Amino acid sequence: MTKYECTACGFIYDPEKGHEGSGVAAGTAWEDVPEDWVCPLCGVGKDMFEPV
Amino acid sequence: MKDTFRALKISENVYWVGAIDWGLRNFHGYLTSRGSTYNAFLILADKVTLVDTVKEPFFDEMMARIRSVIEPDRIDYVISNHSEMDHSGALPKTIAAVRPEKVFASSMGIKALSSHFHWDQEITKLSTGDTLDLGGANLRFIEARMLHWPDSMFTFYDEEGILFSNDAFGMHLASSERFADELDETVLRYEAAKYYANILLHLSPLIERLIDKLPGFNLNLKMIAPDHGPLWRQDPETIIGWYSEWAAQKPTSKAVVVYDTMWQSTAKMARAVADGIISRGVQVKLLPMEGSHRSDVITEVLDAGALVVGSPTMNNQLYPTVADVLTYIKGLRPRGLVGAAFGSYGWSGEAVGHIENALAEMKVELACESVKALYVPENDVLARCVELGEKVASALGAKL
Ligand SMILES: [Fe+2]
Ligand SMILES: [Fe+2]
Ligand SMILES: [Zn+2]
Repeated sequence: MTKYECTACGFIYDPEKGHEGSGVAAGTAWEDVPEDWVCPLCGVGKDMFEPV
Repeated sequence: MKDTFRALKISENVYWVGAIDWGLRNFHGYLTSRGSTYNAFLILADKVTLVDTVKEPFFDEMMARIRSVIEPDRIDYVISNHSEMDHSGALPKTIAAVRPEKVFASSMGIKALSSHFHWDQEITKLSTGDTLDLGGANLRFIEARMLHWPDSMFTFYDEEGILFSNDAFGMHLASSERFADELDETVLRYEAAKYYANILLHLSPLIERLIDKLPGFNLNLKMIAPDHGPLWRQDPETIIGWYSEWAAQKPTSKAVVVYDTMWQSTAKMARAVADGIISRGVQVKLLPMEGSHRSDVITEVLDAGALVVGSPTMNNQLYPTVADVLTYIKGLRPRGLVGAAFGSYGWSGEAVGHIENALAEMKVELACESVKALYVPENDVLARCVELGEKVASALGAKL
């Protein structure tokens, strides 16, 4: 599954790990991360992420 | 005792109560040749409100300016638009002196302030779209996450059309004048560009998005009041227009050649490269790191279309000043550049390879093979440097 990087701060979303702190379960593909989810480090929206 | 410092009335109900830092020359590694200001604003309404504070050493100056308008303990609300210490440094002392009814910040700001001051100060959270009725003055808030920190926030004063934009639209420029229309436009544009290049360049995609979103907020914009440098009361669109231009990062017919040298060999190569570029009608800025500051280099890169880097090899590494500027440029993520590498060496010659890697990481398109010179470049090597310059110019020309 493709990882996505926050272009504002560099945080990398890894679908295999998900992100527990922001309520995204391990194994959640990027497409299934809720649209109103924001970067847990800097707070920008999903639209600021790019595949890496 | 009479106070030395006085506030400046900037609109019907707002006073500038900030500080002028004439002597500032180093803003976290950014050469601020013209000093700076830390702007703080006092809004007079039923709830007297202070928007931002100043850098800690200027606390007394800010308090004196406030006192020239109103007794500081009359302040009811303090709004922190940004947690960085040039604006929040005086916040703990301000809160202690004023004992405001409420302190406000964005959710990210609340976290960042607590990681700075390790306090148990209660702070009221503000989110995009929230409003605050001060009684005679209505404020609206727009979170500007990562412009340029996660906590960054704009405060908009509806009735007077003033956007307190914090670091955005600012510049490091100390002056006795408080308004942009009182200052030389060439200086304004240069310092605003330098500020953009050093503080915001890597966030250009976010800035484009913010500018696109601005009309949607239906702001009756009359003045932009940033936290550094002059306030824009006439044509605030000017600085927004400059930001659109810089955020787009369209390459221009200009190349930056940055280098350092041990025994003038890489310097000779740099001059040959520059000559090759000029011969193709492209403007060149040759920046020897011995006399150039990293923050001036990125300012030149802001509107350039090519970045050529030269370094001697020192103990198998890049020359330290070149490593410094490459690290700095990389973090600020200029886009759409073409480039090339060159340098002299004595035995192993790794520096040029290190430059190539750094340029690749920055997604700079290499226009041609690098040129290396063993010890001192002869005419044939210098001719190859001229050719390198020509190729960079052609590659750039193809992109314009
Ligand atoms: Fe800042
Ligand atoms: Fe600042
Ligand atoms: Zn982020």
